[in-house]
Amino acid sequence: MSAKSDITLTINGRAHAIHVEPRRTLADAIREDCGQTGTHIGCEHGICGACTVIVDGEPVRSCLMFAVQAAGKKIGTVEGLANGDTLHPMQQAFMDHHGLQCGFCTPGFLMLAVGVLEREPDISDDDLLDVLSSNLCRCTGYQNIIKAVRAAAKTMRGK
Amino acid sequence: MTAKFVGRSVPRLEDRPLLLGQGRFAADISFPGQWHMRVVRSGIAHGKIKSIDASATLKLPGVHAVWTAADIAHIPPIPFRLTGLKTLEPYRQPVLAKDVVRYVGDPVAAVFAENAYLAEDAADLVTLDIEQRRATMLATEQPGFYEHDRSTEAGVLQKTYGDVDAAFRGAHAVISLELAIGRHSGVPMETRGAIARYDEANDILEMHGAAKVPHWNRDTLAQMLGRKRESVQLFEGHVGGGFGVRGEIYPEDVLVCAAALKFRKPIKWIEDRREHLVAANHSREQQHKIRAAIDKDGHILAIDDVFFHDNGAYMRTHAATVPDLTAAMLPGPYRIPAYRATGHIRLTNKTPCGTYRAPGRYESSFVRERLLDAIAAKVGMDKIDIRRRNLIGKSAMPYALGLDTLGTKIVYDSGDYTALLDKALALSDWKNLQANLKRRRAAGEKAGCGIAMFVEKSGLGPFDTVRIDVKSDGTVEVITGVASLGQGVETAVAQICADALGVNYSNIKVVHGQTDRIDKGMGAFASRVTVMCGEATRLAAVKLRAELLETAAELMQTKAELLDIVDEQIVRRDRSSGPSMPLAELARAHPGGLSAEATFESVHMVYPYGVHIASVRLDADTGGVTIERYVIAYDIGKAVNPKLVEGQIAGGVAQGIGGALFEEFLYDENGEPLSVTFADYLMPTAREIPELSILVTEDAPSPLNPLGLKGAGEGGANPVGAAIASAIDDALGRPGAITRLPISPQRLKAILNQGGRDGRN
Repeated sequence: MSAKSDITLTINGRAHAIHVEPRRTLADAIREDCGQTGTHIGCEHGICGACTVIVDGEPVRSCLMFAVQAAGKKIGTVEGLANGDTLHPMQQAFMDHHGLQCGFCTPGFLMLAVGVLEREPDISDDDLLDVLSSNLCRCTGYQNIIKAVRAAAKTMRGK
Repeated sequence: MTAKFVGRSVPRLEDRPLLLGQGRFAADISFPGQWHMRVVRSGIAHGKIKSIDASATLKLPGVHAVWTAADIAHIPPIPFRLTGLKTLEPYRQPVLAKDVVRYVGDPVAAVFAENAYLAEDAADLVTLDIEQRRATMLATEQPGFYEHDRSTEAGVLQKTYGDVDAAFRGAHAVISLELAIGRHSGVPMETRGAIARYDEANDILEMHGAAKVPHWNRDTLAQMLGRKRESVQLFEGHVGGGFGVRGEIYPEDVLVCAAALKFRKPIKWIEDRREHLVAANHSREQQHKIRAAIDKDGHILAIDDVFFHDNGAYMRTHAATVPDLTAAMLPGPYRIPAYRATGHIRLTNKTPCGTYRAPGRYESSFVRERLLDAIAAKVGMDKIDIRRRNLIGKSAMPYALGLDTLGTKIVYDSGDYTALLDKALALSDWKNLQANLKRRRAAGEKAGCGIAMFVEKSGLGPFDTVRIDVKSDGTVEVITGVASLGQGVETAVAQICADALGVNYSNIKVVHGQTDRIDKGMGAFASRVTVMCGEATRLAAVKLRAELLETAAELMQTKAELLDIVDEQIVRRDRSSGPSMPLAELARAHPGGLSAEATFESVHMVYPYGVHIASVRLDADTGGVTIERYVIAYDIGKAVNPKLVEGQIAGGVAQGIGGALFEEFLYDENGEPLSVTFADYLMPTAREIPELSILVTEDAPSPLNPLGLKGAGEGGANPVGAAIASAIDDALGRPGAITRLPISPQRLKAILNQGGRDGRN
């Protein structure tokens, strides 16, 4: 509805020059303009957390941020977690603990958990539960997600 | 067949792409030159459409077209898929509302534009002039007029056996309850989506974003659009949860297909969350008036239930499925000599309804188990003893209930309900739990424990067909007509195939949800896939194995019975060493392909059964409920992958807890929906779901298939409302206090206050 601007989004270390309206959400820009569809949109009002990405080290709901606000910042998405063929410890833990079923909420949970553990590796179990309760999952009943994240936290601390 | 994979918790084949962000969900699918569709929905619950003005919309650059009912007058209403009683047909939903809107969210127009943002702007500019009418908001009120002389009572169904009236006349006592289940639904994390395109060169209409029942939907869409079924193909990608809601034919699916044909452009529609909460199927809302006749020892002599099923504004694809299952499954695991259920199917001005995980059973288990608790209170018996006294015995199996549903007679195929009850009690440490709760209550805490038992159904036929191909690289492809909603179909089917064929499950690719790969398919609902498709897979694999061994025997100049397939190698049975042949080599020697097809037919469903035990603590100040412990014992005959089974149960319990304590679609008196965001419609988070104790048993394999399989998808959800209500009663020290779900903090607080006033608490 208003003039588009040229911005650069840096996603997983790669620069994407895009041309977007000011109102375009970061989630839409990542998915539609940069072609990274691993970030999912579940509610578009900041509650479900499926669209969680890491912006300058902080887990962020990309549906509540405009793309233009993320220009020049470092954005991490689920596509950047694995190292070649080797899964990130968080991804591996989700597989080992059956922490996903349909997999739609999974990228959001992975980015939320990784983002928090990178900042706060020694987070207490109870605080971790608080963090995880900020995203919604409809398939697993959460217990396997919690187990997976706790297991990955251990592995990540051991690195 | 050696069980190398079946019965083991092997990792899922599905996980890797999903973890890497490489899933292909509906919104991930795009085609060059696509247009985006936005649906214009009624903001009024009931009214007459006077005019629809799209002139401002059409002036916006990038807006291509606006459709109203007149543009698709040739398309009939959406037909029924299940339980389609003739009397319900006039209540089917049109693709776009023509003269009358019947709920907030009713599609009245569709806007097609260059991109999704523009389509949404454009839809806002469509002006609707609707003359408001009185909205019917309660299914229990006297039926009014739906249209002309047609009643808002679309039908009445009755299921009965035995002499109910005589049993009530001779009863020692009669217990009557009025109970209600709130309106809630599956609400998958992925909203719906549909992308259609027309392939002019091959005259094929494609729809992507299909789920659950692609073959049925293909046939139906073809019929609705006047095309040959072969010229319509549906493609299922990843599906972000189904739960009964996703994958039925909705107006939007028809619209994208019709528009792709008309405009010769790919048409993409992705639902937003607010739309989902008013447009996708709701479920569960029922009111029951139930009576039990009992003898002096608490034996049930008869049950008579009258219920009002609120189906919302239209009868959608499920038609009478939910009320039918409610009436048919209400008896549960108990011996009930005479039974009558009368279901009033009523239309209101709310979102139309369909199935949601354990449809009709979440509702009827709540009602039945509340009744059992009430009988216990009436005769002064323990909750456990009253159940034990009325359970159907193991020796009565198979047990013909005398009712039917979904076109099948209900015959409980196998079960030892008492034994499972004992196991569940042992797992919960019932005696100590009771003693402990008693101490805590004496100390002023409001803590209690509840129990619920149930029978599930699964494995609905009538058939499933599977073809298995061996590719030239030695990999195996299993082509099925089922679908995956994220439950682990590929892994479970691969495990069954692997054992029967003699290959590693991770070398098996399972195809599902692609109508161009197999001609017929029943899809994924009613916990049917592992049972029906699993057995069809086993049959096809056994056949293929025989064919592979015959073929190999010729090449290896020996007899087939001397050969075996182990880890993708054809080996000699009679020697531990010696020549062997890789499956890939055998396949390459037969460029025509090596494949086998088999069909499994079944006229009866299979019936898993279970026990849930909940312990809760109430907060008297806030009305909040904390679930301290939750125990589930579930017998599914044979668990193909125990970890996935437990995952199914855990997910079901969480949804059950949502419906018991938090989730409800509320409306104001004019039919304005009040639960249109995740801030209003409260789904449980990691904070609300306790750690579960899950016991999966295999004591009663089904006699109806060789592996003994029963479905695992719905037993997690089925009796959760019942178990939690029972636990809250116990915590309150007031049997029968809970009469409706969800038990929201406001409702519980009101009950607590009321208890304080009348001195019962």
